[in-house]
Amino acid sequence: MNIHEFQAKQLFTQFNIPVPRGKAVATVEETKAWADQLQSSVYVVKAQIHAGGRGKAGGVKLTKERAQVETLAKELLGKVLVTHQTGPEGRKLKRLLIEEGADIASELYVSLLVDRFSGWPVFIASRAGGMEIEEVAAHSPEKILKALIDPSAGYQAFHGRMLAYRLGLAKEIIGLFVLMLGNLYRLFMEKGASVVEINPLVVTRDQKLIALDAKVTFDDNSLYRNDDIKALRDLDEEDPLEIQASQYGLNYVKLDGAIGCMVNGAGLAMATMDTIKLAGSFPANFLDVGGGASKETVKQAFTILMSDRNVKGVFINIFGGIVRCERIAGGVMDAAKEVAIKVPLVVRLEGTNAEEARQMLAESGLNLIVARTMWEGAQKIVSLIQS
Amino acid sequence: MSILVNKNTKVVVQGITGKEGSFHAAACREYGTKIVGGVTPGKGGTAFEGVPVFNTVSEAVEAVKPDVSMIFVPPAFAADAIMEAADAGIGLIVCITEGIPLADMIRAKRFIAGKTASDNGKRTIRLIGPNCPGIITPEECKIGIMPGFIHKKGSVGVVSRSGTLTYEAVWQLTELSLGQSTCIGIGGDPVNGTNFTDVLELFQKDRNTEAIVMIGEIGGDAEERAADYIKSHVTKPVVGFIAGVTAPPGRRMGHAGAIISGGKGTAAQKIATLEEAGVKVVRNPAVIGEAVKSVLKKEKIRKPRKR
Repeated sequence: MNIHEFQAKQLFTQFNIPVPRGKAVATVEETKAWADQLQSSVYVVKAQIHAGGRGKAGGVKLTKERAQVETLAKELLGKVLVTHQTGPEGRKLKRLLIEEGADIASELYVSLLVDRFSGWPVFIASRAGGMEIEEVAAHSPEKILKALIDPSAGYQAFHGRMLAYRLGLAKEIIGLFVLMLGNLYRLFMEKGASVVEINPLVVTRDQKLIALDAKVTFDDNSLYRNDDIKALRDLDEEDPLEIQASQYGLNYVKLDGAIGCMVNGAGLAMATMDTIKLAGSFPANFLDVGGGASKETVKQAFTILMSDRNVKGVFINIFGGIVRCERIAGGVMDAAKEVAIKVPLVVRLEGTNAEEARQMLAESGLNLIVARTMWEGAQKIVSLIQS
Repeated sequence: MSILVNKNTKVVVQGITGKEGSFHAAACREYGTKIVGGVTPGKGGTAFEGVPVFNTVSEAVEAVKPDVSMIFVPPAFAADAIMEAADAGIGLIVCITEGIPLADMIRAKRFIAGKTASDNGKRTIRLIGPNCPGIITPEECKIGIMPGFIHKKGSVGVVSRSGTLTYEAVWQLTELSLGQSTCIGIGGDPVNGTNFTDVLELFQKDRNTEAIVMIGEIGGDAEERAADYIKSHVTKPVVGFIAGVTAPPGRRMGHAGAIISGGKGTAAQKIATLEEAGVKVVRNPAVIGEAVKSVLKKEKIRKPRKR
């Protein structure tokens, strides 16, 4: 789960990680009141959406004039911001973060995530703050420093010192840096984060360390025990169909293609999408209906697929293992009767009792086509929507 | 031969009285797996279909000496169950549970590291999973939730991050009369116990495994690490498939570990790296079986078997 920058900064404050004075506002009136209270030499106005690339898209503005803050808020609130991560439809700006500006001496990069190979948390730091870390990694990997943290003892001050000296930080900053990493580690473990990223982390001319940006992603599996984090979810930032799917326990990700897919299992679902591309079209979605694939889940899945206007055909690919195929076929038939399927439908069932299931479907009188393999199914649905 | 499990393997089931645990313990037993006990705190002293149930894993170890623990404990308690099995010295722990908090898995993996099995002090404890279908040596021992009937005894080793996609590949092999030595699902989580490289090493050493199928997906760099290992250590033919060519960056595709982040972990990158290491990577998941057949044929022409 992702959260907004202003929420991440509130969380930072809880964990004694210094951030600029700032407040999230949703109206011009709020903006004016807060700007008057803030009284800074430089004001920063930042669009609050989950997608990255806000700066380049014109979602981050600086001004020295207090009155100008209001003008900027008028301009930005309600505007649709298109960044390289939002897709062409963009994201409507509902909130801005208004902050004091910082007097920057240098910019650093710090993040904390999990190294998959060792299974240990790892701090990543660089002097090249403010730049995309992927760019730095690609062009000057020597500028990227890492410190693996043995989770049995957790973060120790030496981890921080090791990074601080290699980053060449001034001695006034080292102590602050060591403390800050400790607080970040505590936040990460206590709140169930999967990535915490500060880019840039700035050293100010008066020798302070401030998190100018803040990005936190949480591990979905940990949300059940962190109600305060769960409450930070912003449904406006998610696709309505994805929200609907998650309510039924379906794993759905909307894409831009024309063929709706319904599959059991994440790996097979991805493989099915890839097969559709090989057959000459593109998937409209990723959809994992889980192991059960009961009538109810199939019905909900149909409803979601049919709500996507781009869907010109549906391909069901189920490998029935523990669940017998004729039960799945029954579910598909019942659901297809209840949800009006106005587009071509190809069903491929394999596994336990697949033969009987295929026969049931073929004799159901429903307007669907039965395929034996997933390649045959993908080719059939692609040719049906193209004819 | 096979790897890790065979007809003599004795299995204890943690969470045997739960809905999933009881269903799958029975299915594994029906397949021929030696289920020697179960563990459910508070139900010690009772029995499940004639199998004794214990309160703790250590009691089960004393009484029935299992080689493997299969875990069906709910996500909130699963890391604790893994650590309990490791503490009791069980050499192989297979955790099926999906949805274990990341922080819990970090702790559990660290806890297991370096610990050795109680029945063999030289063997370090191995965890398979979590969030995986398990491990099966066809016609001998099934430890997990995979449908047994799709498998057939033979000489193709299968290792995968997926569940149903593995069944798909196995079924293709079986339909072509290509049996399997052992099939292992290593799971879809970012932090897991056993990775591709571990399994590739075992298959390379196993005399009965003649070819290897490796099914990866987007996210992380386990496939790239495997490619490195294959280049320098694996002489047997490897057929690969990587799911997620069409997956968009930054979105989690079902599995917690299946996400392209910061431009890393793309299918294209993985495919290129594996091909460079000599792996026959198929683009179409429907032809995994045929690809294995063709590499085995080539292999037999290239070096006739001596045995």
